[in-house]
Amino acid sequence: MDFSYTEEQQMLQESVQKFVQKNYEFATRTKIIASEKGYSKENWELFAELGWLTVPFCEEDGGFGGSAVDLTVMMVEFGKANLVEPFTPTAILGGGLVSALGEKGQKPELLGPLMEGKLQLACAYAETGSRFNLSNVTTTATVEGDQVKLDGEKINVLNGSNADKLLVVARESGAQTDRNGISIFLVDNGCDGLSIQPYTNVDGKKAAQIGFASVSVPLSARLGEAGGALPALEAVIDRATVAVSAEAVGALEALLQKTVEYSKTRKQFGTPIGTFQALQHRMADMFIECQLARSIVIMAAMKLDSTENDVEKSKAVSAAKSRVGKAIEKVGQEAIQIHGGIGMTEELDVGHLFKRVTAIDIQFGNTDYHTARFSSL
Amino acid sequence: MNADFTIEELAFQKEVRTFLDNEFPFEFRTKIDANRRLSKKEIIRWQKILYEKGWAAPTWPVEFGGTGWSQVQRHIFATEMGLIGAPEPVPFGMKMVAPVIMEYGTEEQKKRFLPDILESNVWWCQGYSEPNSGSDLASLKTTAVRDGNEYIVNGAKTWNTYGQYADWIFCLVRTDNTVKKQEGISFLLIDMSSPGITLRPIVLLDGHPEVNEVFFDDVRVPVKNLVGEENKGWTYAKLLLTHERSNIAGVPRGKRRLRGLKRIAADTDDGFGNTMLENPRFKNKLAEVEIQLQALEYSELRTLAALSVGKAPGPESSILKIVGTELAQEMDELFVELAAYSCLPFVPEQFEDGFQGVPLGPGNSAYAALNYFNNRKASIYGGSNEIQRNIICKHVLGL
Repeated sequence: MDFSYTEEQQMLQESVQKFVQKNYEFATRTKIIASEKGYSKENWELFAELGWLTVPFCEEDGGFGGSAVDLTVMMVEFGKANLVEPFTPTAILGGGLVSALGEKGQKPELLGPLMEGKLQLACAYAETGSRFNLSNVTTTATVEGDQVKLDGEKINVLNGSNADKLLVVARESGAQTDRNGISIFLVDNGCDGLSIQPYTNVDGKKAAQIGFASVSVPLSARLGEAGGALPALEAVIDRATVAVSAEAVGALEALLQKTVEYSKTRKQFGTPIGTFQALQHRMADMFIECQLARSIVIMAAMKLDSTENDVEKSKAVSAAKSRVGKAIEKVGQEAIQIHGGIGMTEELDVGHLFKRVTAIDIQFGNTDYHTARFSSL
Repeated sequence: MNADFTIEELAFQKEVRTFLDNEFPFEFRTKIDANRRLSKKEIIRWQKILYEKGWAAPTWPVEFGGTGWSQVQRHIFATEMGLIGAPEPVPFGMKMVAPVIMEYGTEEQKKRFLPDILESNVWWCQGYSEPNSGSDLASLKTTAVRDGNEYIVNGAKTWNTYGQYADWIFCLVRTDNTVKKQEGISFLLIDMSSPGITLRPIVLLDGHPEVNEVFFDDVRVPVKNLVGEENKGWTYAKLLLTHERSNIAGVPRGKRRLRGLKRIAADTDDGFGNTMLENPRFKNKLAEVEIQLQALEYSELRTLAALSVGKAPGPESSILKIVGTELAQEMDELFVELAAYSCLPFVPEQFEDGFQGVPLGPGNSAYAALNYFNNRKASIYGGSNEIQRNIICKHVLGL
């Protein structure tokens, strides 16, 4: 039993911490969000230089190792800084699907540039009617000779407007919620028939609504077997779920720390509000929530890295996301409440962290969804 | 980072399992599954079995007859015991007074008291709380006035668990009234058969006289029964409280009870054509409890891993106490919910030895309410959960 970081993990953590201290002041972040792309290209190039983009990938793919625990080490620090660069959509989701489903030729062609910071990806899976059910897919893929025609609409595609390539989840056969019949296609951004409506999410991240009207791609754009992509999609989303849960842990710990600090300096009735027991115990509860969230995310990451079977892994992921969701609600809301009016403003980083964790709560399934998934597996 | 046991630890786990399979008396198992209380005689019998094996004191150092086990070994042992419901030793001797005697007692006190605790020959109880000193324990008023080679003790202690079975009591007493309240307290060991001690049983909400009020009326206590220095008792008391909080998360017991909840839920009709296990609302509650138990388990493992590399036990134990007790109480509520009408008959005697009638059923449903009522104590004892939150605020958050 060993819960300490390896030397490599410590170095990774310090590397992110150093970057954040130097390059990610609240004011800098605000500027980045307001820019057209919504992330900093210089930062992204630096990520590649520092080797961070290799962390999600196994050595076979040319990566750092691909352990889920490594990933959580990074994501916690990303969460503390409320980093907006599209690490999850490009490296974890897009890269993860390529790694899981791509053929020998596709992998180096895509993963090489990705890890060098020259390729942005996005994964289009959610639809208006699907909510969190990954097998609920109405976007269709129709094979016509050596071409495939895509029709449908995807919502809230993170990094959708910035991505060079989209990984599109579409149905080749079967009924709307069948587990079989789902494929994933690589689609160049900007090809005919795509309509991209870009916007910014509540947490400052760029996303897009993407329509497909007879978008034609070659058959070779399919990743993996026809109709057999769902298990890989689920596994990749499971990993991404643990990653954003770890990001939430970092953000919640930052919220707690900022709230405690504020309560020591903000005076009312002639005394710091942190001396009031009515507030103290609520901060103690925030601390407990942070600890429990961290514990269960570590559990899920360790299970993903273990030799447990797929069901046990998915159960651990859902346990973590369900529990972290509760912590998000509690810690996020209390942070705003204890800050009072100033917590409501755009001027303070606290509100932005609150918005980020709220988005994470929904991303890849909320507490209710994951609690139900946990008990059904 | 991993939560795996080493090959040696796995072998130890197997040894513990085999031992418990063979040596934990079958009739105790049956009794525990039926929620019947083990008698003092039965608990002593089990302690003697552990003693014979050399496992009576998992947390004691070898020089006093303990196992000298590592943190992980202790964890494995506590887990295996908890999973089958085997009773832990009564904590007052083994886990509370013994560490204080080891740390601060004289050689004579160590020789006199520790072997009998180890062998369960002498039972101890605790004299801490007073009618007017609960969370503010340091305000205690029971006095010990020096008279030659004796102290004369006067006052009252309360919430004294199982004092009716105890041979000795360890007490916090006031020996100086003129200083700050924490600085005038001493730690005294008192023979329960001393003239002047009387017990008033207090019946709790489950109908069981689990605790007592203990009155001291000019009780004479030899000065050699003082532990450590006079007026330093508060320091010793604090050490004792950290031991009281170890193992407090109760994860193994929680796992065992979760299994019980699922088993009963599968056998209980929800009245609308489903079992309670299939009932969507109840199913959701069960999942939430199970997830919380996992979060608690990994919090405990993190603490354990930190202790294993030599870090001192910190305020983490306060988290485990709060979350562990609140989760146990949530499970108590789920048992009540499953039992519904069947938990309403108040027949506590059917869980006692000597009950001749037919127990009200089904199963042990009548126990659910008794246990629910009784276990409200968990968030009150051992430093109430509010006091634990104060500890977190002071020592972790710096408030």
